[in-house]
Amino acid sequence: MMRKNIKYLAILALGFVACEPEFDNPIEESGVYTNGEADFSTYVALGNSLTAGFADGALYITGQENSYPNIISQQFKSAGGGDFIQPLMADNTGGALLGGTQILDNRFVLAFDDKGAPIGPDIYTGAAPTTEISTNLGSSFNNMGIPGAKSFHLAAPEYGNVAGVQPGLANPYYVRFASSTTSTVIQDAVAQDPTFFSLWIGNNDILSYATSGGVGVDQNEVPNLDPSTYGSTDITNTTVFAGVYSQLLDALTANGAKGVVLSLPSVTSIPFFTTVPHAPLNPADESFGPQIPTLNATYAGLNLAFEALGVPERAIQFSTTSASAVVIKDESLTDITDGLALALAGTFGPLAPVVAAQFGQARQATANDLLVLTSSSVIGKLDTDRLAELMGLGLSQEQAGQFSVKGVSLPLEDQYVLIPAEQTAIENARNGFNATISALAAANGLAFYDAAADLAQAANGGIPLQGGEIVTSQFITGGGFSLDGVHPTPRAQAIIANGILDAVKKTYGANLPKVNPVDYGTVTLSNNIN
Amino acid sequence: MRKLLLLVLFVSVATVTYAGGYRVSVQGQRAIAMGHTGVGVVNSAELVFFNPAGLVYLENKLNVSVGVSGVFTDVLYQNTEFGVSSETDSSVGTPLNIYASYKVNDWMSLGLGVYTPYGSEVTWPTNWEGSHLVNEIELAAIYVQPVVSFKLSDHFSIGGGPIFVTGSVQFNRNANRTATDIEGNRSNIAIDDSGVTNWGWSVGAMFNPTEDLHIGFSYRSEIILESEDGEATFSNFPNTTRPGIPPNGTTSFNAELPLPAELTVGLSYECDKWLFAFDYNRQFWEVYESLDLTFGNGSSSINPRNYKNSSVYRFGVQYEATEKITLRAGYYRDETPVQPGFFAPETPRNDSDGFTGGLSFAVTPKLAIDASFFYLRFEEVDASYDAGSGGPFGGTYKSSAFAPGLGLTYKM
Repeated sequence: MMRKNIKYLAILALGFVACEPEFDNPIEESGVYTNGEADFSTYVALGNSLTAGFADGALYITGQENSYPNIISQQFKSAGGGDFIQPLMADNTGGALLGGTQILDNRFVLAFDDKGAPIGPDIYTGAAPTTEISTNLGSSFNNMGIPGAKSFHLAAPEYGNVAGVQPGLANPYYVRFASSTTSTVIQDAVAQDPTFFSLWIGNNDILSYATSGGVGVDQNEVPNLDPSTYGSTDITNTTVFAGVYSQLLDALTANGAKGVVLSLPSVTSIPFFTTVPHAPLNPADESFGPQIPTLNATYAGLNLAFEALGVPERAIQFSTTSASAVVIKDESLTDITDGLALALAGTFGPLAPVVAAQFGQARQATANDLLVLTSSSVIGKLDTDRLAELMGLGLSQEQAGQFSVKGVSLPLEDQYVLIPAEQTAIENARNGFNATISALAAANGLAFYDAAADLAQAANGGIPLQGGEIVTSQFITGGGFSLDGVHPTPRAQAIIANGILDAVKKTYGANLPKVNPVDYGTVTLSNNIN
Repeated sequence: MRKLLLLVLFVSVATVTYAGGYRVSVQGQRAIAMGHTGVGVVNSAELVFFNPAGLVYLENKLNVSVGVSGVFTDVLYQNTEFGVSSETDSSVGTPLNIYASYKVNDWMSLGLGVYTPYGSEVTWPTNWEGSHLVNEIELAAIYVQPVVSFKLSDHFSIGGGPIFVTGSVQFNRNANRTATDIEGNRSNIAIDDSGVTNWGWSVGAMFNPTEDLHIGFSYRSEIILESEDGEATFSNFPNTTRPGIPPNGTTSFNAELPLPAELTVGLSYECDKWLFAFDYNRQFWEVYESLDLTFGNGSSSINPRNYKNSSVYRFGVQYEATEKITLRAGYYRDETPVQPGFFAPETPRNDSDGFTGGLSFAVTPKLAIDASFFYLRFEEVDASYDAGSGGPFGGTYKSSAFAPGLGLTYKM
């Protein structure tokens, strides 16, 4: 009886083992995914904020986890990819401290009021920032994306020197993992002996100029080949870019590493430039509508002067029935301050020079002008500095107030508007950079992902996903851009990751699994704001 | 008896999933061994479940059958496009059954049964790829049923009785594919309810054209478990006043889970030492249209199921090898009630083949030990659930179940 039982137990045990289900083709088994000609064992990503996973105006842990390099590194693991270590921030608040003092702002979150209506993006205050910039994490990180970096910064010594952060000579994000005060990003990347790399750099070479409304210098206009003389909001010279890009690729491919490079998307199609309309002044707005007759009466005198001076196209008038364009300062216009002062002398008396100076290069915006996202918080607001200034020049408070409403009676400054000439400078530089990138990719046999094409589609109709979801460039609701209007959401990072995986497959024959963008989130909601 | 019943209720909380939907075919060790046939088999007190009409034809005055199975299940998931795979936590369910019948006189028998025909226990890794559909589910429904069986003639009998059901449910899934709190923790909804009760009934009939041929019919009614007193827990939702996003914390919920009706017809034929049985089950899953949860905080969760009625074909054979040993074997084909596009990982069941076997060993003329096993083999299937948030969730599934069981039959 006992022996019999043991026999049956043995049969049962055998049966149990045999009954474990198994797939005909388990994906874990070799052969399902292949690395082709590429070797993913040590992948290092180089780039800027897009590569770092920066979003919502800050760098924070979940953004880093959803960065395209981190996403594709997970996919590489199915074909020989190794660990992918990131210089993670200390929290999900974003923001950072230097010597205990906060020097970088917290992230944006999307807040709603108590009736459920959206208030808009606001700074998250649910927890204090805890990332201390001066705490060095060591230099061996697979994600070398550095928010704010321009092309030439990757090869610039001292870019990670903590002493240079306050004077604006060094980058606080690179300080966290620079191998020394004199090291360069490219040195620290190459020191890890990558077998595979990605390089997406050059966006900031035009973006900082664009987001600052073109206050910087286009270094292509009068070719300036010395980037150490550039201001932070300048457009990089295309020859400088080509030289640096080539230098970076030479360093990265010296040991035979394969890699992927990405093109630079149009910066002017991002929500930062497409959200605030050129004609935002609504006559139904109680703080604006009732003022329209007075404003138009005042502008009538100015318009006569414009006509007399041969620039009738600069005439300013507000509609009482439909939205009107803001008044801007266009620095590309001929400055007619002197002529205007004379022409206005009859109407404005001793104030004529003051008014003339204010409108010497003024006009109303057109659909061809791009207002930056940050202009939405100043348009229609009283400029108290200008008010004080005008009162100092002898205007009564009422008079001064009439000439101090931003975008209405006080032309919006250059920093809030990208005029067509500035857009052209940006686009010319971008085309030059992209020509370099695609040419060097071809010359070096590298994979090339045209990220610019995907962003163009997001901005023009949207990128369809499964389940009827569409990713567009619409601010907040489009799903593609985080709350700073510049940087991608996790979902857009996933789309970028898929684009790279396609490019890697095409060039190196690596067959890798994709990711499903609908599994990645968009904007973060929180009412933890002040 | 009452104490025993309570004990059984207390012990048999764990159940498992097999067969189409969350129907679990483990209602008797002897029947399991024969492909879970029994509507026309006059063999033991297991008839309380399979066909109460047959009880009156049992030879002995008192018949008792108790049994328990250890059910081992495994479900694998993978998606080649996205390079992801998952496997359920191999859970061991131990469904219990207990039956007794007592022959009052020549034309009437009384019986009592406790069994668990419906249940499900599936645990995927938390936050796995399909976590917006299910992380974890545990359903259990315990049926308690007194029956009476009347012999109208040697050729025909009827039987039946009311069913008392007490059920419990635990279910945990993420809110959708992406929602998290500020720290990236996935927003989650968990519900928990137990002691949900309701009533149903079953009837049966048996026709014996000859002494060796039994033809059976039985029908068990649909029972809807209406959960009203349970607790729902919302966690890791972002702190927001945006409409449609619930606050964190606990609240009440309402939900209905149908335990479908089942019709069985079948027969058995005895020939010398052999017995052959065939059952056909029709399971009325059509009632399971949608799993709708309405929460006390004003939110709701609509989960279309759209099941269809399904059939099971069962074959069993028994051979009296010696005076003490009886051998049994069986096979069944179980068709899934799940329709294309509604394959949810919470009940990942496609068509399956069940292979069964077992034996009885008569320790004494009154007491026998019954051993059984079944192995349920599901074909590898490419399937998806298309009605969830963010569009289809699909991939390749493969599952199996294996259950050895042990029981005792006592007659006097």
